[in-house]
Amino acid sequence: MTKTTEITLTVNDETIHATVPVRQNLVDFLRHGLHLTGSHVGCEHGVCGACTLMVNGQTVRGCLMLAVQANGATVQTIEGYADSGRSAALQEAFAKRNALQCGFCTPGMLASALGYIDAGGAADRVAIREHISGNYCRCTGYQSIVDAIIDVIEETNA
Amino acid sequence: MKAPDFEYARPETLADAIALLGAHGADAMALAGGQSLIPMMNFRVAAPEILIDLDGLADLKGIQKNDNTLTIGAMTRYVELMHNADVQACAPLISMALPHVAHDAIRNRGTLGGSLALADPAAEMPAVMRTLDATVNLSGPQGSRAVKADDFFAGYYETTRADDELIVSIDIPIAGPEHRFGFHEITQRHGDYALAGVAISVVSNAWRVCFFGVCDHPVRLPDLETALAQSHQDDHLLPHLDQIDFNGDLKASAATRKRLAGVALKRALGGMTV
Repeated sequence: MTKTTEITLTVNDETIHATVPVRQNLVDFLRHGLHLTGSHVGCEHGVCGACTLMVNGQTVRGCLMLAVQANGATVQTIEGYADSGRSAALQEAFAKRNALQCGFCTPGMLASALGYIDAGGAADRVAIREHISGNYCRCTGYQSIVDAIIDVIEETNA
Repeated sequence: MKAPDFEYARPETLADAIALLGAHGADAMALAGGQSLIPMMNFRVAAPEILIDLDGLADLKGIQKNDNTLTIGAMTRYVELMHNADVQACAPLISMALPHVAHDAIRNRGTLGGSLALADPAAEMPAVMRTLDATVNLSGPQGSRAVKADDFFAGYYETTRADDELIVSIDIPIAGPEHRFGFHEITQRHGDYALAGVAISVVSNAWRVCFFGVCDHPVRLPDLETALAQSHQDDHLLPHLDQIDFNGDLKASAATRKRLAGVALKRALGGMTV
Protein backbone atom coordinates (compact mmCIF):
# COMPACT_ATOMS: atom_id res chain seq x y z
CA MET A 1 0.00 0.00 0.00
CA THR A 2 1.46 3.35 -1.00
CA LYS A 3 2.25 5.54 1.99
CA THR A 4 0.55 8.91 1.91
CA THR A 5 0.66 12.13 3.85
CA GLU A 6 -1.38 15.30 4.01
CA ILE A 7 0.07 18.59 2.85
CA THR A 8 -1.08 22.19 2.74
CA LEU A 9 0.62 24.59 0.38
CA THR A 10 -0.06 27.64 -1.75
CA VAL A 11 0.05 27.06 -5.50
CA ASN A 12 -0.31 30.09 -7.76
CA ASP A 13 -1.93 32.07 -4.93
CA GLU A 14 -4.45 29.33 -4.14
CA THR A 15 -4.36 27.37 -0.87
CA ILE A 16 -4.31 23.64 -1.54
CA HIS A 17 -4.92 20.78 0.91
CA ALA A 18 -4.07 17.40 -0.53
CA THR A 19 -3.22 13.84 0.37
CA VAL A 20 -0.14 12.82 -1.58
CA PRO A 21 1.94 9.66 -1.86
CA VAL A 22 5.18 10.43 0.03
CA ARG A 23 7.18 9.13 -2.95
CA GLN A 24 5.56 11.61 -5.36
CA ASN A 25 7.76 14.35 -6.80
CA LEU A 26 6.48 17.90 -6.59
CA VAL A 27 6.18 18.24 -10.37
CA ASP A 28 4.16 15.01 -10.61
CA PHE A 29 1.83 16.27 -7.88
CA LEU A 30 1.33 19.54 -9.77
CA ARG A 31 0.68 17.75 -13.05
CA HIS A 32 -1.39 14.76 -11.92
CA GLY A 33 -2.84 16.04 -8.65
CA LEU A 34 -3.61 19.63 -9.66
CA HIS A 35 -3.65 19.24 -13.47
CA LEU A 36 -1.13 22.07 -13.84
CA THR A 37 0.58 20.52 -16.82
CA GLY A 38 2.67 23.55 -17.75
CA SER A 39 5.68 22.26 -15.80
CA HIS A 40 7.18 19.51 -17.92
CA VAL A 41 8.89 16.28 -16.90
CA GLY A 42 11.98 15.42 -18.90
CA CYS A 43 14.91 13.58 -17.40
CA GLU A 44 13.62 13.14 -13.82
CA HIS A 45 17.11 13.51 -12.43
CA GLY A 46 17.70 17.22 -12.37
CA VAL A 47 19.68 17.62 -15.58
CA CYS A 48 17.31 18.89 -18.29
CA GLY A 49 15.62 21.74 -16.40
CA ALA A 50 12.18 21.20 -18.02
CA CYS A 51 10.49 20.99 -14.59
CA THR A 52 12.03 24.21 -13.21
CA LEU A 53 9.49 26.15 -11.14
CA MET A 54 9.51 28.46 -8.12
CA VAL A 55 9.23 27.46 -4.47
CA ASN A 56 9.20 30.30 -1.94
CA GLY A 57 10.37 32.64 -4.69
CA GLN A 58 13.41 30.57 -5.69
CA THR A 59 13.83 28.39 -8.77
CA VAL A 60 13.96 24.67 -8.02
CA ARG A 61 13.80 21.44 -9.96
CA GLY A 62 10.30 20.02 -9.55
CA CYS A 63 11.68 16.51 -10.05
CA LEU A 64 14.28 16.83 -7.27
CA MET A 65 11.81 17.74 -4.59
CA LEU A 66 9.09 15.60 -3.06
CA ALA A 67 5.59 17.04 -2.85
CA VAL A 68 5.73 16.47 0.91
CA GLN A 69 8.79 18.74 1.11
CA ALA A 70 6.63 21.56 -0.26
CA ASN A 71 4.30 21.33 2.74
CA GLY A 72 3.79 24.92 3.92
CA ALA A 73 5.57 26.37 0.88
CA THR A 74 4.47 28.86 -1.76
CA VAL A 75 4.76 27.37 -5.24
CA GLN A 76 4.53 29.29 -8.51
CA THR A 77 4.30 27.52 -11.84
CA ILE A 78 4.17 28.81 -15.41
CA GLU A 79 0.37 28.97 -15.09
CA GLY A 80 0.89 31.38 -12.17
CA TYR A 81 3.44 33.68 -13.81
CA ALA A 82 1.46 33.73 -17.04
CA ASP A 83 -1.85 34.58 -15.34
CA SER A 84 -0.32 37.25 -13.12
CA GLY A 85 1.54 38.84 -16.01
CA ARG A 86 4.89 38.32 -14.28
CA SER A 87 6.32 36.50 -17.28
CA ALA A 88 4.42 38.52 -19.90
CA ALA A 89 7.40 40.53 -21.14
CA LEU A 90 9.54 37.39 -21.38
CA GLN A 91 6.82 35.43 -23.17
CA GLU A 92 6.42 38.25 -25.68
CA ALA A 93 10.18 38.46 -26.21
CA PHE A 94 10.42 34.66 -26.64
CA ALA A 95 7.70 34.79 -29.32
CA LYS A 96 9.25 37.81 -31.06
CA ARG A 97 12.76 36.30 -31.10
CA ASN A 98 11.63 32.77 -32.04
CA ALA A 99 13.11 31.56 -28.76
CA LEU A 100 11.05 28.38 -28.91
CA GLN A 101 10.10 25.83 -31.49
CA CYS A 102 8.54 22.74 -29.92
CA GLY A 103 8.04 24.56 -26.62
CA PHE A 104 8.86 21.63 -24.33
CA CYS A 105 11.69 23.47 -22.52
CA THR A 106 9.94 26.85 -22.50
CA PRO A 107 8.16 26.78 -19.09
CA GLY A 108 11.40 25.76 -17.36
CA MET A 109 13.43 28.18 -19.45
CA LEU A 110 11.06 31.02 -18.50
CA ALA A 111 11.37 30.12 -14.81
CA SER A 112 15.17 30.14 -15.01
CA ALA A 113 15.14 33.39 -16.97
CA LEU A 114 12.81 34.98 -14.39
CA GLY A 115 15.21 33.85 -11.66
CA TYR A 116 18.05 35.57 -13.51
CA ILE A 117 16.17 38.79 -14.26
CA ASP A 118 14.65 39.06 -10.77
CA ALA A 119 18.14 38.72 -9.22
CA GLY A 120 19.21 41.77 -11.24
CA GLY A 121 21.20 39.78 -13.80
CA ALA A 122 23.08 41.80 -16.41
CA ALA A 123 22.45 41.82 -20.17
CA ASP A 124 25.64 39.79 -20.60
CA ARG A 125 25.51 36.89 -23.08
CA VAL A 126 28.13 34.82 -21.25
CA ALA A 127 26.47 35.22 -17.85
CA ILE A 128 23.04 34.39 -19.32
CA ARG A 129 24.47 31.34 -21.10
CA GLU A 130 25.95 30.14 -17.81
CA HIS A 131 22.69 30.77 -16.00
CA ILE A 132 20.56 28.79 -18.45
CA SER A 133 23.16 26.03 -18.84
CA GLY A 134 20.94 23.93 -16.57
CA ASN A 135 18.06 24.08 -19.05
CA TYR A 136 18.23 21.97 -22.21
CA CYS A 137 16.71 23.21 -25.45
CA ARG A 138 17.04 20.88 -28.44
CA CYS A 139 15.47 23.23 -31.00
CA THR A 140 16.81 26.75 -30.88
CA GLY A 141 20.54 26.50 -30.29
CA TYR A 142 20.01 28.98 -27.42
CA GLN A 143 21.03 32.13 -29.36
CA SER A 144 17.45 33.33 -29.69
CA ILE A 145 16.71 32.53 -26.04
CA VAL A 146 19.65 34.68 -24.96
CA ASP A 147 18.44 37.40 -27.34
CA ALA A 148 14.98 37.33 -25.74
CA ILE A 149 16.33 37.53 -22.19
CA ILE A 150 18.60 40.43 -23.17
CA ASP A 151 15.63 42.24 -24.77
CA VAL A 152 13.69 42.06 -21.51
CA ILE A 153 16.62 43.21 -19.38
CA GLU A 154 17.31 46.14 -21.72
CA GLU A 155 13.62 47.12 -21.83
CA THR A 156 13.42 46.98 -18.04
CA ASN A 157 16.53 49.11 -17.64
CA ALA A 158 15.57 51.56 -20.39
CA MET B 1 11.72 6.42 -13.15
CA LYS B 2 10.11 7.05 -9.78
CA ALA B 3 11.39 6.23 -6.32
CA PRO B 4 10.17 3.05 -4.62
CA ASP B 5 7.81 3.57 -1.70
CA PHE B 6 9.19 4.66 1.65
CA GLU B 7 8.13 6.15 4.93
CA TYR B 8 8.75 9.82 5.56
CA ALA B 9 9.64 11.45 8.86
CA ARG B 10 10.36 15.10 9.57
CA PRO B 11 11.82 15.37 13.09
CA GLU B 12 11.90 18.76 14.78
CA THR B 13 14.98 18.16 16.95
CA LEU B 14 18.44 16.72 16.39
CA ALA B 15 17.85 14.23 19.23
CA ASP B 16 14.70 12.94 17.51
CA ALA B 17 16.50 12.68 14.18
CA ILE B 18 19.35 10.68 15.73
CA ALA B 19 16.88 8.46 17.60
CA LEU B 20 15.08 7.71 14.32
CA LEU B 21 18.39 6.93 12.58
CA GLY B 22 19.39 4.68 15.48
CA ALA B 23 16.05 2.86 15.47
CA HIS B 24 16.06 2.14 11.73
CA GLY B 25 19.79 1.59 11.16
CA ALA B 26 20.77 0.91 7.56
CA ASP B 27 17.08 1.06 6.46
CA ALA B 28 17.03 4.81 7.08
CA MET B 29 18.55 7.61 5.04
CA ALA B 30 18.78 11.28 5.94
CA LEU B 31 17.37 13.75 3.42
CA ALA B 32 19.27 17.06 3.26
CA GLY B 33 18.77 19.12 0.07
CA GLY B 34 17.82 16.04 -1.94
CA GLN B 35 19.58 17.19 -5.10
CA SER B 36 21.50 13.90 -5.33
CA LEU B 37 19.51 11.57 -3.08
CA ILE B 38 16.16 12.13 -4.84
CA PRO B 39 17.57 11.26 -8.31
CA MET B 40 19.41 8.29 -6.75
CA MET B 41 16.05 7.12 -5.40
CA ASN B 42 14.39 7.78 -8.77
CA PHE B 43 17.08 5.60 -10.36
CA ARG B 44 16.59 3.12 -7.49
CA VAL B 45 20.29 3.24 -6.68
CA ALA B 46 19.09 4.24 -3.20
CA ALA B 47 15.97 2.68 -1.68
CA PRO B 48 15.59 3.66 1.98
CA GLU B 49 12.70 2.17 3.97
CA ILE B 50 12.41 5.46 5.78
CA LEU B 51 13.53 8.89 4.71
CA ILE B 52 14.37 11.29 7.52
CA ASP B 53 13.98 14.87 6.32
CA LEU B 54 16.41 17.15 8.18
CA ASP B 55 14.76 20.35 6.95
CA GLY B 56 12.97 20.88 10.28
CA LEU B 57 16.21 21.01 12.29
CA ALA B 58 16.86 24.71 12.84
CA ASP B 59 20.09 23.87 14.75
CA LEU B 60 21.64 22.58 11.52
CA LYS B 61 21.12 25.81 9.61
CA GLY B 62 23.07 29.03 9.48
CA ILE B 63 26.59 30.44 9.44
CA GLN B 64 28.38 31.63 12.55
CA LYS B 65 31.66 33.52 12.75
CA ASN B 66 33.72 32.96 15.90
CA ASP B 67 37.27 34.07 16.78
CA ASN B 68 39.21 31.72 14.52
CA THR B 69 36.52 29.60 12.99
CA LEU B 70 33.60 29.89 10.62
CA THR B 71 30.97 27.33 11.58
CA ILE B 72 28.53 26.36 8.84
CA GLY B 73 25.43 24.34 9.71
CA ALA B 74 25.16 21.13 7.72
CA MET B 75 21.73 22.10 6.32
CA THR B 76 22.90 25.50 5.08
CA ARG B 77 22.01 25.76 1.42
CA TYR B 78 24.50 26.73 -1.28
CA VAL B 79 22.47 29.82 -2.14
CA GLU B 80 22.96 31.10 1.43
CA LEU B 81 26.71 30.43 1.29
CA MET B 82 26.93 32.34 -2.00
CA HIS B 83 25.36 35.47 -0.57
CA ASN B 84 26.99 35.40 2.87
CA ALA B 85 29.54 38.16 3.53
CA ASP B 86 31.34 36.13 6.24
CA VAL B 87 31.88 33.24 3.83
CA GLN B 88 33.20 35.63 1.18
CA ALA B 89 35.61 37.26 3.65
CA CYS B 90 36.67 34.27 5.78
CA ALA B 91 36.58 31.40 3.29
CA PRO B 92 36.85 32.90 -0.20
CA LEU B 93 37.73 29.50 -1.67
CA ILE B 94 34.11 28.43 -1.03
CA SER B 95 32.88 31.52 -2.93
CA MET B 96 35.24 30.70 -5.81
CA ALA B 97 33.96 27.12 -6.05
CA LEU B 98 30.22 27.67 -5.61
CA PRO B 99 29.44 29.06 -9.09
CA HIS B 100 30.73 25.73 -10.44
CA VAL B 101 28.32 23.67 -8.33
CA ALA B 102 25.53 22.70 -10.74
CA HIS B 103 22.97 25.44 -11.49
CA ASP B 104 20.91 28.04 -9.68
CA ALA B 105 17.89 25.80 -9.20
CA ILE B 106 20.12 23.09 -7.66
CA ARG B 107 22.05 25.55 -5.45
CA ASN B 108 18.75 26.87 -4.10
CA ARG B 109 18.14 23.44 -2.53
CA GLY B 110 21.52 21.69 -2.17
CA THR B 111 23.31 21.79 1.19
CA LEU B 112 26.95 21.70 2.26
CA GLY B 113 26.37 18.83 4.71
CA GLY B 114 24.50 16.82 2.11
CA SER B 115 27.36 17.11 -0.37
CA LEU B 116 29.94 16.02 2.21
CA ALA B 117 27.84 13.08 3.43
CA LEU B 118 27.30 11.88 -0.14
CA ALA B 119 31.03 12.16 -0.96
CA ASP B 120 30.65 12.20 -4.72
CA PRO B 121 34.26 12.06 -5.94
CA ALA B 122 33.53 14.66 -8.64
CA ALA B 123 31.87 17.15 -6.27
CA GLU B 124 33.56 20.45 -5.44
CA MET B 125 32.82 20.83 -1.72
CA PRO B 126 34.61 17.71 -0.40
CA ALA B 127 37.83 18.87 -2.11
CA VAL B 128 37.33 22.45 -0.91
CA MET B 129 36.87 21.22 2.67
CA ARG B 130 40.09 19.19 2.50
CA THR B 131 41.96 22.17 1.05
CA LEU B 132 40.64 24.45 3.83
CA ASP B 133 41.56 21.89 6.53
CA ALA B 134 37.92 21.92 7.68
CA THR B 135 36.52 19.81 10.51
CA VAL B 136 33.28 17.85 10.17
CA ASN B 137 31.22 17.75 13.38
CA LEU B 138 29.15 14.59 13.75
CA SER B 139 26.49 13.64 16.24
CA GLY B 140 25.13 10.15 16.94
CA PRO B 141 23.71 7.92 19.68
CA GLN B 142 27.21 7.62 21.21
CA GLY B 143 27.62 11.39 21.37
CA SER B 144 29.46 13.92 19.26
CA ARG B 145 32.83 13.75 17.56
CA ALA B 146 34.87 15.91 15.23
CA VAL B 147 36.62 14.48 12.16
CA LYS B 148 39.15 16.33 10.02
CA ALA B 149 38.05 16.59 6.38
CA ASP B 150 41.35 14.82 5.56
CA ASP B 151 40.08 11.77 7.50
CA PHE B 152 36.44 11.98 6.41
CA PHE B 153 36.41 10.88 2.76
CA ALA B 154 37.07 7.15 2.53
CA GLY B 155 36.39 6.32 -1.11
CA TYR B 156 33.76 6.26 -3.83
CA TYR B 157 30.64 7.70 -2.11
CA GLU B 158 32.09 6.56 1.21
CA THR B 159 32.93 8.47 4.35
CA THR B 160 33.95 7.59 7.90
CA ARG B 161 30.51 8.74 9.13
CA ALA B 162 28.61 5.87 10.81
CA ASP B 163 25.09 5.03 9.55
CA ASP B 164 23.52 6.41 12.73
CA GLU B 165 25.52 9.65 12.75
CA LEU B 166 24.54 13.00 11.24
CA ILE B 167 26.79 15.84 10.13
CA VAL B 168 25.76 18.74 12.35
CA SER B 169 28.16 21.44 11.19
CA ILE B 170 31.48 22.14 9.53
CA ASP B 171 34.24 24.25 11.11
CA ILE B 172 36.49 26.18 8.75
CA PRO B 173 39.62 28.03 9.91
CA ILE B 174 39.23 31.72 9.06
CA ALA B 175 41.64 32.82 6.34
CA GLY B 176 44.08 35.61 7.14
CA PRO B 177 44.95 38.47 4.78
CA GLU B 178 48.12 36.65 3.62
CA HIS B 179 46.16 33.52 2.66
CA ARG B 180 45.77 32.92 -1.09
CA PHE B 181 43.48 30.54 -2.95
CA GLY B 182 43.06 29.02 -6.38
CA PHE B 183 40.31 26.98 -7.99
CA HIS B 184 39.72 25.57 -11.44
CA GLU B 185 37.64 22.80 -12.90
CA ILE B 186 37.15 21.45 -16.39
CA THR B 187 33.67 20.30 -17.39
CA GLN B 188 31.86 19.43 -20.59
CA ARG B 189 29.23 22.09 -19.85
CA HIS B 190 29.06 24.77 -17.16
CA GLY B 191 27.65 23.25 -13.98
CA ASP B 192 28.38 19.65 -14.94
CA TYR B 193 30.46 17.40 -12.76
CA ALA B 194 34.16 18.01 -13.17
CA LEU B 195 36.19 15.85 -15.53
CA ALA B 196 39.09 17.15 -13.42
CA GLY B 197 39.30 19.96 -10.92
CA VAL B 198 41.57 21.32 -8.24
CA ALA B 199 41.38 23.56 -5.17
CA ILE B 200 44.51 25.24 -3.78
CA SER B 201 45.39 27.18 -0.66
CA VAL B 202 48.73 28.67 0.35
CA VAL B 203 49.95 30.58 3.36
CA SER B 204 53.63 31.18 4.23
CA ASN B 205 54.57 29.00 1.23
CA ALA B 206 52.75 26.04 2.84
CA TRP B 207 50.53 24.58 0.09
CA ARG B 208 47.41 22.46 0.24
CA VAL B 209 46.19 21.08 -3.07
CA CYS B 210 43.19 18.80 -3.53
CA PHE B 211 42.03 17.31 -6.83
CA PHE B 212 38.47 16.14 -7.49
CA GLY B 213 36.75 14.23 -10.28
CA VAL B 214 39.96 12.34 -10.99
CA CYS B 215 39.70 9.16 -8.87
CA ASP B 216 37.46 7.58 -6.23
CA HIS B 217 37.85 10.37 -3.66
CA PRO B 218 39.06 13.98 -3.34
CA VAL B 219 42.83 13.50 -3.29
CA ARG B 220 45.73 15.54 -1.90
CA LEU B 221 49.30 14.94 -3.06
CA PRO B 222 51.77 15.80 -0.26
CA ASP B 223 54.76 15.51 -2.63
CA LEU B 224 53.18 17.98 -5.04
CA GLU B 225 52.44 20.35 -2.15
CA THR B 226 56.11 20.22 -1.14
CA ALA B 227 57.21 20.70 -4.75
CA LEU B 228 55.02 23.80 -5.13
CA ALA B 229 57.00 25.49 -2.37
CA GLN B 230 60.12 25.21 -4.54
CA SER B 231 59.09 25.75 -8.16
CA HIS B 232 56.06 26.00 -10.45
CA GLN B 233 57.80 24.56 -13.52
CA ASP B 234 55.71 21.93 -15.36
CA ASP B 235 58.46 19.30 -15.26
CA HIS B 236 58.81 19.85 -11.54
CA LEU B 237 55.06 19.57 -10.78
CA LEU B 238 53.32 17.36 -13.33
CA PRO B 239 55.21 14.08 -12.65
CA HIS B 240 53.58 14.02 -9.19
CA LEU B 241 50.20 13.44 -10.87
CA ASP B 242 51.41 9.87 -11.52
CA GLN B 243 50.51 9.17 -7.88
CA ILE B 244 46.81 9.49 -8.67
CA ASP B 245 44.97 6.34 -9.76
CA PHE B 246 42.99 8.20 -12.46
CA ASN B 247 39.63 6.72 -13.39
CA GLY B 248 38.41 6.47 -16.95
CA ASP B 249 34.80 6.45 -18.11
CA LEU B 250 32.69 7.28 -21.17
CA LYS B 251 33.38 11.01 -20.75
CA ALA B 252 37.16 10.86 -20.42
CA SER B 253 39.83 8.18 -20.33
CA ALA B 254 42.30 8.00 -17.46
CA ALA B 255 45.01 9.50 -19.71
CA THR B 256 42.73 12.41 -20.67
CA ARG B 257 41.83 13.03 -17.02
CA LYS B 258 45.51 13.10 -16.09
CA ARG B 259 46.20 15.69 -18.75
CA LEU B 260 43.13 17.74 -17.70
CA ALA B 261 44.25 17.59 -14.04
CA GLY B 262 47.57 19.15 -15.09
CA VAL B 263 45.75 21.84 -17.10
CA ALA B 264 43.42 22.57 -14.16
CA LEU B 265 46.42 22.83 -11.82
CA LYS B 266 48.23 25.31 -14.08
CA ARG B 267 45.11 27.42 -14.60
CA ALA B 268 44.33 27.44 -10.88
CA LEU B 269 47.89 28.51 -10.08
CA GLY B 270 47.63 31.21 -12.74
CA GLY B 271 44.42 32.57 -11.20
CA MET B 272 45.35 32.62 -7.52
CA THR B 273 43.76 35.33 -5.39
CA VAL B 274 46.06 38.19 -4.44
